[in-house]
Amino acid sequence: MAELLNNEGASGLIPEETVERTERRWLFAMATVLGLMLAVVVFTGVTQMMNPLSDVETINPATLHLQGEFVESNLGTAVETDGSITLRFLAEQYTFVPQCAVVPAGTLIRFRLTSPDVTHGFFVGTTNTNAMVVPGYVTNVMARFEHPGTYTMPCDEFCGFGHHAMAASVVVVPKEQFTKLRPEERITTCGAQ
Amino acid sequence: MERSRLLSLAHLWAAFLCFLPATGLGLWQLLMRSPLPVPVDDPNAYYASLTAHGSIMAYVFPTLFIMGFGYAIAVSALGRPLRGENWAWAGFVLCVVGSLMALAPIAGGRSSILYTFYPPMVGNVWYYLGVAVVIIGSYFWVALMLINFAAWKRENPGKPVPLAMFAITTCALLWGWTALGATSEVVFQILPVSLGWRHTIDAGLARTLFSMTLHAIVYFWLIPAYVAFYTLMPQAAGGRLYSDTMGRIAFVLFLVFSIPVGMHHLFMDPEHGSGFKFVHSLLTFIVALPTLLTVFTITATLEIAGRARGGKGLLGWIRALPWNEPMVLSVALALLLLAPGGFGGLINMSYAMNAMIHNTSWVTAHFHLIFGGVVVIMYMAIGYELWPRLTGRPLITKRAACVQLWLWFWGMLIMTVPWHIAGLMGQPRRYAIFDYTDPGVAKMAWLDILSVVGGVILVCSAALFFYVLARSSLASAAESISPIRYALAVNPPARVHPLLNGFMFWNVLLLALVLITYGYPVGQFFFLHNQDAPEHSLTREMKR
Repeated sequence: MAELLNNEGASGLIPEETVERTERRWLFAMATVLGLMLAVVVFTGVTQMMNPLSDVETINPATLHLQGEFVESNLGTAVETDGSITLRFLAEQYTFVPQCAVVPAGTLIRFRLTSPDVTHGFFVGTTNTNAMVVPGYVTNVMARFEHPGTYTMPCDEFCGFGHHAMAASVVVVPKEQFTKLRPEERITTCGAQ
Repeated sequence: MERSRLLSLAHLWAAFLCFLPATGLGLWQLLMRSPLPVPVDDPNAYYASLTAHGSIMAYVFPTLFIMGFGYAIAVSALGRPLRGENWAWAGFVLCVVGSLMALAPIAGGRSSILYTFYPPMVGNVWYYLGVAVVIIGSYFWVALMLINFAAWKRENPGKPVPLAMFAITTCALLWGWTALGATSEVVFQILPVSLGWRHTIDAGLARTLFSMTLHAIVYFWLIPAYVAFYTLMPQAAGGRLYSDTMGRIAFVLFLVFSIPVGMHHLFMDPEHGSGFKFVHSLLTFIVALPTLLTVFTITATLEIAGRARGGKGLLGWIRALPWNEPMVLSVALALLLLAPGGFGGLINMSYAMNAMIHNTSWVTAHFHLIFGGVVVIMYMAIGYELWPRLTGRPLITKRAACVQLWLWFWGMLIMTVPWHIAGLMGQPRRYAIFDYTDPGVAKMAWLDILSVVGGVILVCSAALFFYVLARSSLASAAESISPIRYALAVNPPARVHPLLNGFMFWNVLLLALVLITYGYPVGQFFFLHNQDAPEHSLTREMKR
């Protein structure tokens, strides 16, 4: 039985035209499916601003702790003069500085991170705030957290022997509570949570 | 011919000899990450083990296997002795020596940088030299496949190159092109630093060059599995290939589209703008097409065989197939694993959805399904198919082989399904240990234990695979073993379009696509300032 189709008589068992027609139909169907999926990706990307990080900004990893926006006193949550919120972290072996930060719920927050040593990464809890931190570059991502709570923010890219111990916390508090906090209280409140 | 059999056999033995211990390392890593007790509870050893597991499974094992399979195809499909056999042996020696050079510093814990390198972290120089030597050895193979392909075409003008040879040569070309990314990273960026000539590295450029290799290497691994789908399975099932032309189109699409998509590994990186990220995402959708075409052609091929064997009705042909043939069984299991693996891949490449799962256990689960599942299960089946032809001894036994394949299938599912779920729950990959006293982590404990169960089944399956091959090698020689016969198509082509019988056009197209998709992303680094990062020596950290 297994030899049935190996003789020459089996040639043309299915006419060439039939093979071609079915293959062409399948190709068309699959291209359509992929096209639809791509359309969904483009549509959600445009309408919900769901784009991966986009700005290419360089920074000297050897001097960033001495000058500029990533000096230690400037890290953590900052309310800018226009009222927007920026959250700056330094990702270094094997800790984030600061270890914890408070942000208001339901507010667009600009995350800015960089690394003085090797490549790191971070994500915030089970949200889709997730990015790489590459030395020499500034990671700039926007995020909004609707639900108050404490989110773990682990390093998610291998950075050396202590990689698994590297994590920070992001504490999301209701907007009213956040506005009442003085800058120094943002740090102490965080420790208490 | 006798010597060329030995050539393939040496490659396959070397490949499987490093595969077996690497599965053991994988199981130990699963135990480290689980809440279960583990021997040698040492995170530093975990990262060394992870580097060894990845380097063997990604570079050494598949490269040696594909080289051996390629030589076997060149000899059997073209029906002529291999040209340049001495060069082939030289390539083999380079690959083995390079592997040992790379593995020694890993075993000493001096190169725990994972197989993805991650500069500005810098490990021991012998690791990189070893990887470079393996790549050089594999280039001997690439050249020999092209030479044998061209020689056959010269001697047989106008005739279609046998599909198996056409396909494995696309594999060789693809590797020749794509290895250039990682090779330039190692040669121009990492080696000068690890030799002490330079002290800084542009990590962004390094990641970009590596991404050129990182995706297409998966298709380098995958093409031999597809070669078995198209050219070995139809014979084993007792049927014919549904379409020879569609096979050629699929292989050519793999060659052209699997390199200019690599930046989908960099969606979450800060060194590129979203424009080129989107272009690479778009092209990734196209590279899904040859797989979808293959699923149709291979299912139709199985149906032809099933009906030829007397299968009736809408699905009756499925039962009529010879499920005790390892080659037929493995193709079905591979297609079943390809479904969830491919589905996960569609999510990973989707530009924005990727953010949900980037660097979580989901990703580890995805590539274990595709590589560990689809690819390795087919390598095993190819091993079973080639073994009697290479050793002249019968396989002992096909039944044991089928049991082994089933074990591999279930082990892979039981290991990767929990990983997918844990990834969605926010479990990072590449963690040596987890703090199970943390309530958020404790929720994942049962998933990690389930993965260990899968890992145990996989190691048992790998050991059985090895046993079947070793036992068969020791059996008494069979009187006659039929040579490998490649599948005939239902409508065997008398001639094929010149574009589907050679590679010149596709090479030019590929080069153009690479220049368009990587020209600016790589070129920008030469115009940026300040981004070079000081090297970070791993050995110095150990002394600290």
